[in-house]
Amino acid sequence: MRQFILRRLLMMVPTLLGASAVIFFLFALTPGDFVDGNYMLTEARSRELKALYGLDQPVLQRYLTWLGQLLHGDLGFSLQYQIPVTQLLDQYLWHSFLLSLTVLLLYWGLSLAIGISSALRPYSWYDRLVTLAVFAAMSFPVFFLCLLLIKWFAVDLQWLPVGGMQSTGSEATGLARIGEIALHMVLPVLALVMLQSGSLTRYVRASMLEALRLDCVRTARAKGLKERTVILRHALRNALLPLITLLGLELPGLFSGAIITEKLFNWPGVGHIHVDSLAARDYPVLMGFTLFLAVLTIVGNLLADILYAAVDPRVRLR
Amino acid sequence: MKLLEFDQLSVAFDTEAGTVRAVQDVSFDVAAGEVLGVVGESGCGKSVSALALMGLLPRPAARIAGSAIRFGGRSLLDLPADELRQLRGNEIAMIFQEPMSALNPVLSIGEQLCEPLIAHRRLTPRAAWAQAEALIARVGIARPAEIARAFPHQLSGGMLQRVMIAMAISCAPRLLIADEPTTALDVTIQAQILELLRELRREQQMAMLLITHDLGVIAELADRVAVMYAGRVVEQGPVRELFRNPRHPYTRGLLASRPVPGRRLARLAAIPGQVPDPLSLPPGCAFAARCPERRTDCEQRRPALRRLDADHRVACFAAEGVSA
Ligand SMILES: Nc1ncnc2c1ncn2[C@@H]1O[C@H](COP(=O)(O)OP(=O)(O)OP(=O)(O)O)[C@@H](O)[C@H]1O
Ligand code: SF4
Ligand SMILES: [Mg+2]
Repeated sequence: MRQFILRRLLMMVPTLLGASAVIFFLFALTPGDFVDGNYMLTEARSRELKALYGLDQPVLQRYLTWLGQLLHGDLGFSLQYQIPVTQLLDQYLWHSFLLSLTVLLLYWGLSLAIGISSALRPYSWYDRLVTLAVFAAMSFPVFFLCLLLIKWFAVDLQWLPVGGMQSTGSEATGLARIGEIALHMVLPVLALVMLQSGSLTRYVRASMLEALRLDCVRTARAKGLKERTVILRHALRNALLPLITLLGLELPGLFSGAIITEKLFNWPGVGHIHVDSLAARDYPVLMGFTLFLAVLTIVGNLLADILYAAVDPRVRLR
Repeated sequence: MKLLEFDQLSVAFDTEAGTVRAVQDVSFDVAAGEVLGVVGESGCGKSVSALALMGLLPRPAARIAGSAIRFGGRSLLDLPADELRQLRGNEIAMIFQEPMSALNPVLSIGEQLCEPLIAHRRLTPRAAWAQAEALIARVGIARPAEIARAFPHQLSGGMLQRVMIAMAISCAPRLLIADEPTTALDVTIQAQILELLRELRREQQMAMLLITHDLGVIAELADRVAVMYAGRVVEQGPVRELFRNPRHPYTRGLLASRPVPGRRLARLAAIPGQVPDPLSLPPGCAFAARCPERRTDCEQRRPALRRLDADHRVACFAAEGVSA
């Protein structure tokens, strides 16, 4: 087991090197940069700035410089915000994480509960209703749903704040601050849970239906076990196995931020930064952030494999 | 009184393509300690009959019509679900064709063996585990303590079928249903499993419903035999009588197509033609299309199962000697 993890961590090195190259050259070879985008600059000033940021050097040289910085844990310097990228991400990442983790817990819980219960009564009224609701939720455009929620609950009813993470000028501390943030989270969480639980519910339902048809579930019934035991001990455990991989894939999502939702609810998350950096061609931020997500994706896969081996005795880690 | 009686059991499945009449008017009985073999080609309704007895048919897809299954004098079809559950795995146990998929891949052998003991015998987990190891040893597996901790994928098919048998006999059932217990196994392993079943049956005095399409297995183990064709019993009787004096043309065909060890045949005499589509069964004798002894009205009228002598019944106009 320890050997497996060590080897997988070692295997991350070439993967990450490849990822860094792809990420770097994708951005470096895109025509235009932070300086070109600013048409207010004089010719001389723009050359001066390019020299300052090293943008005038050959691409390969710039890649190696970037790699060298990465090895020291330095993701670069944000051109737009004029602070190190790590510091910038650190400021916003946790806001996204708070939102995403809440959403993740809620929507996994909801999808599991609804998916399993509807698989237990396939084609019943309940199941049909769930199917309908799931498709309705899945086919809603994000921005439309968000705006609708804002209009109903924030503007018309005035129950909840329109956006942001805290009220403007608020100086609440302690419990009051937590309560305030929670209140601001309600609408974005609601929107994201609605948008994400649809497909997962379908997946859970399908997986559970398949598990219920397994021969070993029939054997469990033939043994005279209580239906509850048959479902929970025999069917559910087999139904959950394929979901583990999905859970591993969620790890980068926890930190990547929801671009549209964060923008619409004015949530100070990293999705926000993402869009702004894109507009400003603040490539160090974009590159650093993308690389960070690449690392998380690989780690998420590794975690899924380890988790899988822990619950499925057929999987041996080698 | 018979231990098990099937009284005119019919099962139909409502499918998108139409109604599949899987089992029709099937009657047979099994006395305590007796082995009844049920034989027939694939799709003739053997498994469906067994699952109806266990109450394990998929509902509401399966419809059971105007009939009764009695076990120890109790009508199983009217039994509340909870009482039927208490019979399953306890007084009636079942083993399946595919030992690989019949066991749960994520639970250890020991855990799975403990379940019926805890559910029906109310053993403590610790006592159940000890009993599980004893059962593993009982079905002829060496190193039971180690096997109890193993998972299904670590064992061979033959070992897994032994485990299934151990699980089935764990609560000393009065009836064991074995649905093609050896079909998925190698020939040498088949013989070992049959030997084990014969031994257990002698030792525990348990009755068996032995489902197979292999007459060799029937000859090895069964006392009486019911031959099924297209959802109906077409011939029924003591094994020796039926093997010596088969009366239904289908039974004769089955016997003729059986490889006999020691005797070299150039070619097995397979029955020509195909089983009728269960979606649209003919109104007359279902075997008529393939029958070498077909008479003029075999296609219009259906022969009933009639007694020939003591315990030998057959459903065939030719065998009855009734002129058409
Ligand atoms: N759940 C179901 N839905 C629809 N039809 C079914 C279902 N289960 C069984 N059948 C049909 O019932 C008929 C009898 O099936 P059964 O499984 O009893 O055959 P069998 O005699 O056990 O054959 P085999 O030797 O292949 O196991 C078949 O025609 C089959 O297609
Ligand atoms: S009833 Fe007629 S068709 Fe059917 S088996 Fe007998 S002889 Fe053949
Ligand atoms: Mg079968």
